[in-house]
Amino acid sequence: MSTNTTRPEFEALEKGQEVATRTVELSRADLVRYAAVSGDFNPIHWNQDFATSVGLPNVIAHGMLTMGAAMQVVVDWAGDPSAVIDVQTRFTKPVVVPNQFDTEVRASTALTVSAKVAALDPEARTARVDLTVTAPDLTDPEATADSAAALKVLVKAQAVVACA
Amino acid sequence: MSVNPDVAGRTYPSIPPYQVSREAIRAFAQAVGGENPIHQDLEAARAAGHADLVAPPTFAIIVAQKAEAAVVADGEAGIDFSRVVHADQRFTHHRAIVAGDNLTAATTVDTVRAVGTGAMVTFRTEIIDDDGQAVSTALSSLLVRGEDQ
Repeated sequence: MSTNTTRPEFEALEKGQEVATRTVELSRADLVRYAAVSGDFNPIHWNQDFATSVGLPNVIAHGMLTMGAAMQVVVDWAGDPSAVIDVQTRFTKPVVVPNQFDTEVRASTALTVSAKVAALDPEARTARVDLTVTAPDLTDPEATADSAAALKVLVKAQAVVACA
Repeated sequence: MSVNPDVAGRTYPSIPPYQVSREAIRAFAQAVGGENPIHQDLEAARAAGHADLVAPPTFAIIVAQKAEAAVVADGEAGIDFSRVVHADQRFTHHRAIVAGDNLTAATTVDTVRAVGTGAMVTFRTEIIDDDGQAVSTALSSLLVRGEDQ
């Protein structure tokens, strides 16, 4: 568990610097949990029959779960959640989360998140951090997380961080 | 187009106050993999100068979507929720959301734009506290797919 609660020092940052990376595994249970905490119970995020009936390949993660998980990588680097003053993204590809169950629900896909300093504003002492977020393309039911091509699931994913 | 363009510029009624609890912040942070102690541990939050636990930067979606629901429920707007795809999202935080906040929010339809036979709708939701001070501005764009999309 991260214990850093100190904001990054502005002078120590450089444009292009990679500040954090993380892999976030996702299971169907994680989607149900996100539905409960967010209040978004759209069945495309937990019911496979419903998802396929509306033309989706399978159950997909909430876009806001993907965005939320990506932004927490920035929060943990930024130290203090209140330092993350602006967050935005476009949702480009769905994150397919197949059923994976033997004796319990298991992760069936994973987000790969990388955060880089993209711009520095010396007057405001803020850093714009750009995120690259990918997930395996599990549109084909035969595909597996290990072998599937990585898709960019977010674009223009950016956070503005107020520095020390 | 699948959405009535006349709703652009319309502001919908505010939601009743949403009280931010410590447990809601903890549960939301855990659901998005938030490991920062300032979401979880009151002592850590106070040591960092906060009145209480601080919410994750995307926590405001709970309040924003409650306010946006008024547009979706408006039959005149004509938004078929089963054909909605979340296209983009932004939060600009004027201050951090902390446990104990009482938040209200109202959604304005900024734009309605045709995309093929469907429409792209952009909502702007202003989240304020019980002193009427600005907390967050949420911008959400939804793609409402047309019949053949």
